[in-house]
Amino acid sequence: MASTHVNPTRMELTKLKKKLKTAVRGHKLLKDKRDELMRQFLELIRETKELRAKVEKGIQDANKNFVLARAGMEDEAMNVALMAPRQEVSLKSGVKNVMSVEIPTFEYQTRTPDANDIYCYGYAFTSSDLDTAVKSLADVLPEMLRLAEIEKSCQLMASEIEKTRRRVNALEHVMIPDMQTKIKYIVMKLDENERSSQIRLMKVKDMMLEEAHHYKERMMNEAVSS
Amino acid sequence: MYKIAVLGDRDSIYGFAALGLDTYPVDDQETGAATLKRLADSEYAVIYVTESLQNLLMTEIDKYRTLRLPAIIPIPGVSGNTGRGVKALKKMVEQAVGSDIIFNNEN
Repeated sequence: MASTHVNPTRMELTKLKKKLKTAVRGHKLLKDKRDELMRQFLELIRETKELRAKVEKGIQDANKNFVLARAGMEDEAMNVALMAPRQEVSLKSGVKNVMSVEIPTFEYQTRTPDANDIYCYGYAFTSSDLDTAVKSLADVLPEMLRLAEIEKSCQLMASEIEKTRRRVNALEHVMIPDMQTKIKYIVMKLDENERSSQIRLMKVKDMMLEEAHHYKERMMNEAVSS
Repeated sequence: MYKIAVLGDRDSIYGFAALGLDTYPVDDQETGAATLKRLADSEYAVIYVTESLQNLLMTEIDKYRTLRLPAIIPIPGVSGNTGRGVKALKKMVEQAVGSDIIFNNEN
């Protein structure tokens, strides 16, 4: 499968051998990387799956509560109630390195440490349904953030795994066999050259001996005289 | 310091304002795409997008797939759960493993 022509020289052979060694080593390393990434990815995606189910259920329940709250209140009162949030969430983002994939880590901080600060309205003009709704949404928030973290990690790892897998396959099925055939070709060609030069030398030796001693002539003379 | 945004139709997201997340009500694709781009380029690390809006913004969201930040996460809206979030997970497994080995015993 030597697709391109190679020069059958010793220099080329050493070069190819070195290249093959590197390729084999790289292949092993990449394979290890792929396996480890895959293990971690599967762990993470299982967790994501469970967490997503939980979060989706939580948000849906919260949405139901909000619909109820809206039904019991006037739109304007609702808007006014939620117009000026007292709480503020800020994120600190770090980087975690998993097998050279940089995945984000989030740490969230609320502006005020009091968990009850989510009620940004006086209770006079709002229905109690709104309180429940806001509370139910606040309860899923930590899980939502965790979901964001691990789902993004899954996304990044998935594309990295795909890339690594392609590289491993390319090395395993294309690069390494190709180089092996090239090396084999050069070795054969060199051996062949050596044999042919040996033969040539033998032939030349014969001819030179003939010139020096005139074996043939002598043989003919002997035949005539006998 | 990063912030969190919620993108979607107003009815689905106004509750998040009470928690201190920034809400951006959008309905159609054009403003959605513009807002998403603006948010992703500024200091938002996590952007929650309702599933119905995500449906409209597929190509725009796909651009941020391979970037570390922001994380764009689909959440169910008030109109119900379309299963799009789970489908996205499924796609990830398929991309990584080659075939779906986690969700195949469901549906």
